[in-house]
Amino acid sequence: MEAFSQLLQQLYFTSSSNEKSRLLRHYLAHTADPDRGWAIAALAGTLKFEFFKRNAVKNLMLERVDPDLFAMSYDYVGEMSETVAHLWPDAPTNIELPGLAELIDQFRQANREQVKALLVYYLSGMTAEQRWSLLKLGTRGLRVGLSARSVKRILAEYGDVPVSEIETLWHALKPPYRELFDWLEGRAEKPDIAGAVTFHPVMLSHPLPEDKATQLAVEDWQVEYKYDGIRVQLVITEQGKALYSRTGDDISESFPDVLAGIEEPGVIDGELLVINDGKIDSFNALQQRLNRKKPSKKLIAERPAGIVVYDLLTDNDEDITPLPLTIRRQRLEHFLSRASANHLLVSPLLPVSSNAQLQQTYANAAEDTGVEGLMLKRKDSSYEPGRPSGQWYKWKREALHLDAVVMYAQRGHGKRSSFYSDFTFGVWQDDTLLPIGKAYSGFTDEELRKLDNWVRRNAVGRFGPVREVKKELVVEVAFDAIHPSTRHKSGVALRFPRFHRIRWDKPASEADTLANARALIIE
Amino acid sequence: MQADKWLQPRDNGLYCVAADCYIDPTVPVNRALITHGHADHAIGGHHCVVATAPTIAIMRTRYGEDMAQTVEALDYGHTIELGDPDDPVSCTFYPAGHILGSAQILLSYRGTRVVISGDYKRQPDPTCPPFTAINCDVFITEATFALPVFKHPPIEQECKKLLQSLALFPERCHLVGVYALGKCQRVILSLRALGYHQPIYLHGAQRRLCDLYEEHGINLGELTDVADVADKSELAGEIVLAPPSALSDRWSRSLPEVRKAMASGWMQIRARAHQRQVELPLIVSDHCDWRSLLDTIDEVSPGEVWITHGREDALLHQLTTQGVKARALSLIGYDEDATD
Repeated sequence: MEAFSQLLQQLYFTSSSNEKSRLLRHYLAHTADPDRGWAIAALAGTLKFEFFKRNAVKNLMLERVDPDLFAMSYDYVGEMSETVAHLWPDAPTNIELPGLAELIDQFRQANREQVKALLVYYLSGMTAEQRWSLLKLGTRGLRVGLSARSVKRILAEYGDVPVSEIETLWHALKPPYRELFDWLEGRAEKPDIAGAVTFHPVMLSHPLPEDKATQLAVEDWQVEYKYDGIRVQLVITEQGKALYSRTGDDISESFPDVLAGIEEPGVIDGELLVINDGKIDSFNALQQRLNRKKPSKKLIAERPAGIVVYDLLTDNDEDITPLPLTIRRQRLEHFLSRASANHLLVSPLLPVSSNAQLQQTYANAAEDTGVEGLMLKRKDSSYEPGRPSGQWYKWKREALHLDAVVMYAQRGHGKRSSFYSDFTFGVWQDDTLLPIGKAYSGFTDEELRKLDNWVRRNAVGRFGPVREVKKELVVEVAFDAIHPSTRHKSGVALRFPRFHRIRWDKPASEADTLANARALIIE
Repeated sequence: MQADKWLQPRDNGLYCVAADCYIDPTVPVNRALITHGHADHAIGGHHCVVATAPTIAIMRTRYGEDMAQTVEALDYGHTIELGDPDDPVSCTFYPAGHILGSAQILLSYRGTRVVISGDYKRQPDPTCPPFTAINCDVFITEATFALPVFKHPPIEQECKKLLQSLALFPERCHLVGVYALGKCQRVILSLRALGYHQPIYLHGAQRRLCDLYEEHGINLGELTDVADVADKSELAGEIVLAPPSALSDRWSRSLPEVRKAMASGWMQIRARAHQRQVELPLIVSDHCDWRSLLDTIDEVSPGEVWITHGREDALLHQLTTQGVKARALSLIGYDEDATD
């Protein structure tokens, strides 16, 4: 537990992902099984139970400190685990702690009363940092800036294997991951996961190069809409089912309605969207589902989720990824008719017989709200994880643009930590600027230096790390879409805003208005 | 005579009516008694300044030789009389253990004794004599870290963390944010005591005060200005001390693979460290933590406690609960963030 606590402290305060990887790999190399496996589980969020509730911790604390002083301390520190870690009375000497695995086991075996006693015993014998680690671990809220995805990437680096192999194995393995480490350290074969419910690494597309659009031999390409949802994979085997995000996170809990009503074994690849009676809703509707880890029945009824399916990887236990797309497509259609689940729609093939027709289809796609362009896939393409070249293209509809005024700037992270690189910008409503978005990309390093310099010379106020600047610099921002939003004062939200051009020449008074912005919303 | 009749909190600082002088005023005044040289307590431009000799030297270093019209240096333990010679306020300085030259000021008038402790700490500090508890009727204390969450570890423990990090990341330049007066020199001395005898590199803003400490017989070892290092890549694996404001400034861009550290009592709070993007927080404070504030008040055992700046609510609550008579003065203008 000492080593794990130290690891958490280091990870918490390190911002560079390379450095985090180095720290975690160092820990893995110097920590024995099963402790390190439980550490991985805690970091990647696969530790599936809580040791204790936050409220139990608070009550134990209140038995030891004046409630007013507790309230003032909590108010100042702003976070429960840290407040308790500092406030808990220090013992004259710290106790020797068990390994992480044993500690987890003790809490898992304990009943409610025993949990209290254990908690008191450990908190009283620990340093403040260790207390913080225990409380974070026990309430499953580590937040040390490592996603499950990064943990998998680091494991891949540790064993020098492709990350896709870790992703494939991941959901079939359970903590403390002994067989995984045995394989990563070369002592055993890759774990056998036949038949398990597990993620299959996905195939990705490249943006369509500009010159390519007019040269495609259309007869070799399958043309579909590119949907404005999130990419998911639905896995159904004899052993169970699960819904995964594109990066292999298990999101089944958030979308019980997607998992319900389908039993046909297979692995399907598609776009998660809100689908009402066979009609696709906008990304904005989906956003409300994405924000909820566990949606209410009411929300599910109002915003039912479904999938627009575009590929089939496994058909009733048979791996069909080596087959050409056209064949997979036929298998997919049969699969869906067998499954007869009305929240699974097949992605329609768009009839394109000439290049001119392709251009027209592309133009039409821009008018559709649930769609953000076209997908072009070679008909003979096998399903190959990663981003193989020349096989699949995305042809996104043209970005939208607005001239906005820079209002606030904030320093970036890592290499950019001395540069003002995160910008909030707004548009006019009468003579007031209303913020409509934030962007931190789309400029060159040279432009970043100029922007940074401009912010320093034109700062007028400071709110913590945020600098307010003179409302004088206009930037042309590009974004994929604009939606109505009740969460923003301006009433609109931009999708993927980035800098397009910096208009050093343009007076702020000539920037766009909120009315201009609203006019770009596709109803 | 009851203390609040002749000593009052005003907009510009604590004012002694009976001696017509301010203690640590925040604007230029006719006569100022100065507890210590930090910029939020000692400003330039007063007509007459009474302070310890090192504090006067610090003020001259910062504000020039003409920082006041007249100065009166007062040694610890010596007494002068202020105000009406027939009805004087006697004034004595005692060590506060905060930084070089820091003093508590005992004012005594018509039989009532008030100690204005300024900023003080109880941890050992080789750059100044330790805080002395003075018997008094009213003890005026700061409350910068007056919450029970604050516990200041020994400085050695924190400086060891810095040396361990240096061993773990030998290719990275360790840039440590330290306040130029007091914290900087204390961190250097602690590193030296831990056996670190490499040159320590200084941001330009740290130099003059380090020289001043040297002049006062405090040996800081070999110090090199970053500005004098032609090839900044040589600073990989070295310790550079800079003001906190320089941590994320353009100045730091020339340094190789910076690992940001900061030595401050606030570093105990994660959000504070995160906000400054500090990777290596070092909890080093020149103030009292909660326990030592309470212990000090217990030791001084005054009739009454007045609380100046900081988290006065918590301290007031605690003292009231303990049955100690206390009040908050709500003095404004003391910026504890800047100096710790």
